[in-house]
Amino acid sequence: MFLLAGARAEIKVGGVFPALASVGLVGEVPDTKDKILVVDFWASWCAPCKAAFPALGKINADYAARGVVLVGISVDEKPAAYADFVKKMAPTFLTLHDASQKLVRAVAVPAMPTTYLIGRDGKVRFIHAGYQGESTDRILRTQIDKLLAAN
Amino acid sequence: MRSRLLLTLFVALAAALFSGCSTAVRVQPWERATLTDYTMRPDRDPLAVALAEHTYFSRESATGGRGVGGSGCGCN
Repeated sequence: MFLLAGARAEIKVGGVFPALASVGLVGEVPDTKDKILVVDFWASWCAPCKAAFPALGKINADYAARGVVLVGISVDEKPAAYADFVKKMAPTFLTLHDASQKLVRAVAVPAMPTTYLIGRDGKVRFIHAGYQGESTDRILRTQIDKLLAAN
Repeated sequence: MRSRLLLTLFVALAAALFSGCSTAVRVQPWERATLTDYTMRPDRDPLAVALAEHTYFSRESATGGRGVGGSGCGCN
């Protein structure tokens, strides 16, 4: 019973990722039909999330033309914190705000940040928790390449 | 029969009581904004840290304070 009380319905590899358009995200939700989707959950108070921004920007630049959509989703509870952070960091990829934390609760991320790689069928193909610098960058690129090759 | 009913009732009450000890209140990764706030840092005030350390060292110097372990004369 105690274990059940603490259990989370965490989305794993193979699970269906919620449709971005249906969870009340603030911002312009991109068209992800027939696209490979990379979703990165971040927050303004999360230092590793901030450190990951330049690498995510480069991934977005390198893969956008190949049918990959990269979206950074903020889980900040305060809209001002989100707006100030985006203004300060000026990310080179699309950011949305999960102001109600509806999506992050549904996904139940294991850590901040966590990056999900979602296939064209809407199923999660790879999950990377945390940001470990070049290692994370290399892993993400390898997994995206693998998914592009499979499609 | 009655003792069995009482036992069942006791187990149910105990389960309800101890469910409060479950991990249901665990702070999730996306809920840590307040915990990461600067004011939550124990070392946010250097003067207060220095005073607390001085008090601790003076009080616990007989056992080495925060330095070496083991007992001593307590005279420093």
